[in-house]
Amino acid sequence: MAQQIFAYINHNDGAADDTALEFVTAAKKITSDGAVTAIVTGSGANLDTVCNELAASYNEVWKIDSDALAYPNAEVVRKALINILPGDSIVLFAHNTFGMDIAPGLSVKTDSAFISDVVDIEGVDGPNLKVVRQEFGGQVSTHVTADISSGAVINVRPGSFQPDESKAAGGQVADKSGEAGDLAARRRYIEVVEAEVGDVDITKSDVLVSIGRGIEEEDNIEIAEELAEAMGAVVSCSRPIVDSKWLEKSRQVGTSGQTVKPKVYMAMGISGSFQHMGGLKGSPFIVAVNKNIKAPIFQFADVGVVADILEFMPELTEKINEIK
Amino acid sequence: MDSVLISPAKASFIGIPTVIFSVVIPIVGIAVFTYIIAKRLAPLVRAAPDNRFDRINERIVNVIKLWLGQYKQPRYMMAGTLHILIFAGFIILSVRSLSLVFLGISEDFMLPGLGGIAGQIYGVFKDFAGTFVLVACVIAAVRRGIFKPERYAVPKKYGHDHTGEAVFVLGLISTLMVCDMLFEGTQAAAQIQEGMHTELIIPGTGVWFTVNMFLAKATPLEKLQNIHILAYFMHELTFFFFLCFLPLGKHFHVITSIFNVFFMKLDKGTVKPVKWGVEDDKLDELESFGVKKFEDFTWKHMLDFYTCADCGRCSDNCPANACGRPLSPRFISIKARDYLFKHYPLQGPMTNGSPLIGDIFTEDEIWSCTTCGACEEECPVMNEYIDKIVDLRRGMVDEGTVPQSLQKPLSALEKRGNPYGKMEKKRADWAKDKEFSEICNVKIIGGKETADTLYFVDSITSFDDRIQEIGKATARVLTSAGIDFGILGPAEKDSGHEIRRFGEEMLFQDIKEQNTEAILSSGVKNIVTADPHTFNALTKDYKDLPPVEHMCQTMAKLIGSGKIKLRAVEDKNKIYTYHDPCYLGRHNGIYDIPRNVIDSISGIRRVEMGLRCRDRSFCCGGGGLMLFYEPIEEKRMGQIRVEMAKKAGANVVVTACPFCLVNIEDAIKTSGLEGKMEVIDLVELIDRHMI
Amino acid sequence: MDILVCVKRVPDTAENEIEVNSSGSDIERDDLVYSVNEWDNYAVEEAIQIRDNSGGAVTVVTVGDEESEEVLRREMAMGADNGILCSDEAFEGSDGKGIATILKSVVEKGNYDLILTGAQADDGAGEVGGMLAAMLDMPYASLVNSIEIVNDKMIKVGREIEGGNQEMNEIDLPCVLSIQTGINEPRYVGIRGIRKVASVEIPVLGVSDLGLSAEAVGKSGAKVTRQDYFVPDLGEGAEILEGSTEEIIEKLIEMLKSKGGIK
Repeated sequence: MAQQIFAYINHNDGAADDTALEFVTAAKKITSDGAVTAIVTGSGANLDTVCNELAASYNEVWKIDSDALAYPNAEVVRKALINILPGDSIVLFAHNTFGMDIAPGLSVKTDSAFISDVVDIEGVDGPNLKVVRQEFGGQVSTHVTADISSGAVINVRPGSFQPDESKAAGGQVADKSGEAGDLAARRRYIEVVEAEVGDVDITKSDVLVSIGRGIEEEDNIEIAEELAEAMGAVVSCSRPIVDSKWLEKSRQVGTSGQTVKPKVYMAMGISGSFQHMGGLKGSPFIVAVNKNIKAPIFQFADVGVVADILEFMPELTEKINEIK
Repeated sequence: MDSVLISPAKASFIGIPTVIFSVVIPIVGIAVFTYIIAKRLAPLVRAAPDNRFDRINERIVNVIKLWLGQYKQPRYMMAGTLHILIFAGFIILSVRSLSLVFLGISEDFMLPGLGGIAGQIYGVFKDFAGTFVLVACVIAAVRRGIFKPERYAVPKKYGHDHTGEAVFVLGLISTLMVCDMLFEGTQAAAQIQEGMHTELIIPGTGVWFTVNMFLAKATPLEKLQNIHILAYFMHELTFFFFLCFLPLGKHFHVITSIFNVFFMKLDKGTVKPVKWGVEDDKLDELESFGVKKFEDFTWKHMLDFYTCADCGRCSDNCPANACGRPLSPRFISIKARDYLFKHYPLQGPMTNGSPLIGDIFTEDEIWSCTTCGACEEECPVMNEYIDKIVDLRRGMVDEGTVPQSLQKPLSALEKRGNPYGKMEKKRADWAKDKEFSEICNVKIIGGKETADTLYFVDSITSFDDRIQEIGKATARVLTSAGIDFGILGPAEKDSGHEIRRFGEEMLFQDIKEQNTEAILSSGVKNIVTADPHTFNALTKDYKDLPPVEHMCQTMAKLIGSGKIKLRAVEDKNKIYTYHDPCYLGRHNGIYDIPRNVIDSISGIRRVEMGLRCRDRSFCCGGGGLMLFYEPIEEKRMGQIRVEMAKKAGANVVVTACPFCLVNIEDAIKTSGLEGKMEVIDLVELIDRHMI
Repeated sequence: MDILVCVKRVPDTAENEIEVNSSGSDIERDDLVYSVNEWDNYAVEEAIQIRDNSGGAVTVVTVGDEESEEVLRREMAMGADNGILCSDEAFEGSDGKGIATILKSVVEKGNYDLILTGAQADDGAGEVGGMLAAMLDMPYASLVNSIEIVNDKMIKVGREIEGGNQEMNEIDLPCVLSIQTGINEPRYVGIRGIRKVASVEIPVLGVSDLGLSAEAVGKSGAKVTRQDYFVPDLGEGAEILEGSTEEIIEKLIEMLKSKGGIK
């Protein structure tokens, strides 16, 4: 088909986001040749670094360099894309806070179909693209078709597609900065306020390493922190840990604590009480490690290991760090 | 009798007959007092109505037992004894006080009936009274001023210390006693010096000491005369000053306590209606629910604030206070009283109508209460707290200021009939457990099945994994005893006990209606439950239901009649202790039955947790919606309770309430006592020992 | 400030177990309880607070059937001044763009300074707000977790971005914002409050009232269609991993990687 596939690349400090190479795989599921152009906006040397790095993996890299794009303000980027994208384009975004901000409006301005938070692409059938989405926090999945004949904007869930590390495409970087057009927007970026250190919001983390009384002592929490770090996760806990004042209340998962909907939940030394499990929603992949084979957590978990978490966790951490 | 000394009625001071003072002081005193009382009554006139004029006989009995009999005072023996002495003294001396006023006007005045022997006998009582009151006051002052018992301490956030006021009043009372001793003593001393007859003086009394002091010093007549007159007017001035001072602080209780006790709440465990006089079906017409501004309180609740004696016994027993929550019942009363004094001043305009939450009360303070009733149980003047807390909560619910942690379970209760949000159709799943249903069949009433007895399971027993075991044990016990019972299953909704006590009255009314209909249409003849909150709700909050029993009562009867036979205790080495649940114990007066049930297991060793048992039991942490609330506290109530069990030497705690079980089990784990202490429900205990 | 808040009636995920029905055409709806979408509720609370501070009125609007009215009433019990129900057979089957088209007509019938939506719904795609803004040609900000009114032409908003950080922006009025949970603490709405608004008039607007053509909305106008619901194979209970610790760890890491557990 004549429609071009584009992928918008998020980047920071001269490095492309992990999702960058996932689009290459995703594109192959839309068209047989999977030809895809990366679009990168920004300014200065960092932008150049990213574009050059991506050139190996993409058929082409379109660079848009402008001071107005130094910070990825979705309102501004959208304006640039509207001016640059050819008609009927298929544009892929990562389904992150930027993707959620820019994509729906873009689909209206380009009169194309919009599909959000796609976890799998099944293929094209006539004018329709078939994808898989989830609803209700992942409790159910749906097959969705979209008429993409006049274009599409697709938000892809990070991690749904394997990153294509092959660097087989070998494209050129094209400077499209001149075509960006008027980038004045009625939303102006001021600054990013960073989260306070220690201000951890467990409800926002996709992966949680959750500890229960199996941790036995406050000093052992370090073991969980190390595992969390290796997994890119955050440490949460059940009530007894908070009661013993080893962790703040904001870390507690449970009916009288926080409600969390992570993708992966590591229940380490947690018995799986009714009050605790009540705080876990959606359908996370639950890994339970507990000394006691009879612990109720094994009824809730997807995968279980009967072991002492104080021994198991350090070994798991070590192995994860090895492969990273 | 010819008196050596000139009486105040006849004396003169720099040419002015002192009788003028004798007339002016009382008149001014009474006038000022009346004015103050009128000012104090003003807010009560604007208050919400309260229905307190029913059941007069019961009320009179209460006044005799609690006010006259000072029934609650000995719960704190030292302070109680001192107070009983001072109180008894006041009663006895009230006659003398009245006489003294008139003695200043007519020197031979005698109250009708107190002439002759009666008067002399009275005189003896009076002298004793004056003496022991003085001694008690001195001891009390030393205790307050020097030893400073902890429960009188005023945390910084509540303002200045109250010791000054307390010692001042003790000083006033002592002054009154001393003045009378001097007045009488000078009289008697003068008589004796002149070799004339005097009234009977008992050795050891204050008057006796005074007389001997004057005689020993050979005080000249003139001096005696001056002291005599001075002492009299000091007494009168102090007396009327004291009278007018009473309504200005915590000693208002001296006047109001008899009324407070007369008007006290007669039905423990109930919750006052949203507004007295407004029927449930007319509630929708009310502009506002609950207490938002001060005038929303009923007149009786305002009277409570006046009557609070600042004794601190309530807060001393309050479990929320003990674990560091921002609630101290004493200061609910004192702050409200001070609000009254400030906004309804003796002089100046009334400034009223501002919201209380955010002003004298904080939200967390009011949500912290578990409604355990320990405060009300202790209060010697019968102040109520639970109804006020519920009313304040009603006000907050009406305004929408409900903590987020409570909004979820409330929404779940509205949608699903249980605070966990579990589906109604799964409410009876606990009874369908494969292993269990093979040996025990639990009927679901309604539709085709009927039964004599309804086992009202309620939400936590239906849905909590651990507490479902109590449900199963209950079913086994009932089956074993041959009782024809069933459960409502999906038609059962939460009893709503805590919904009401957390201020969501309309949701409670809704749920009550649904449950009542389900129960009445099931045709059951009686109801049994293992949950004291359910028990209290069905007996106190619901109307027109068949008789309700708690399992402890049922089991007691079954054991007594032999329908249940028990074997000897399974582990002779364990030491058991019974924890009185608030809603079985304090609110319903059931203390002995569960203990008898436990003791019917032969060989069982049971101890009590010191003084903290029966009506002084320490709340486990609360039930129902309280399990969802996130309080600001230093320690959990359950942990404090578990320490008490440990101290008593027990390693098994027996309780008769599912919430107590949850809280204590939690506390055992967080206190690091797992393996060393366990908790078990009474029904489970019997179930384990059934033959 | 006149504010329009777009709300949606959804199955209450906290109190429901979501399962696919036997034919796979929908989720099992028999035992579901519904309520206002949680994100939308935060938006309404925010609107009410802005109105209480700056004056004006809050209008809540929804696209749905007559049952959706209960959600409007609840938000009005909470404090919204007006409600609008957009209901018409022709609206059924609308995709996100269809819904946004309907809401655009509602906006054009009024004079709003600020339009709020919830950031997403459990059964949605977090798209309507952004689409509506583009259709109205208004500036947009999503995942807003703080709002500060600067003057009647501009506001300052914070957006929630990765890592718990906050992106601060200035945005011109009128604008569209999608609101993230946690921006405030919504007040409680009790049964009593809902009864009080039980008889308040809520206008119902259909296709012609909004000046729309049936082809632009509903199934016929939809470019994106849900075909079915299904549950991917998961297996029963916890699969207890066996073998030596090394073997277990290896297996576990494989599983975690495929589930996105290792970043």
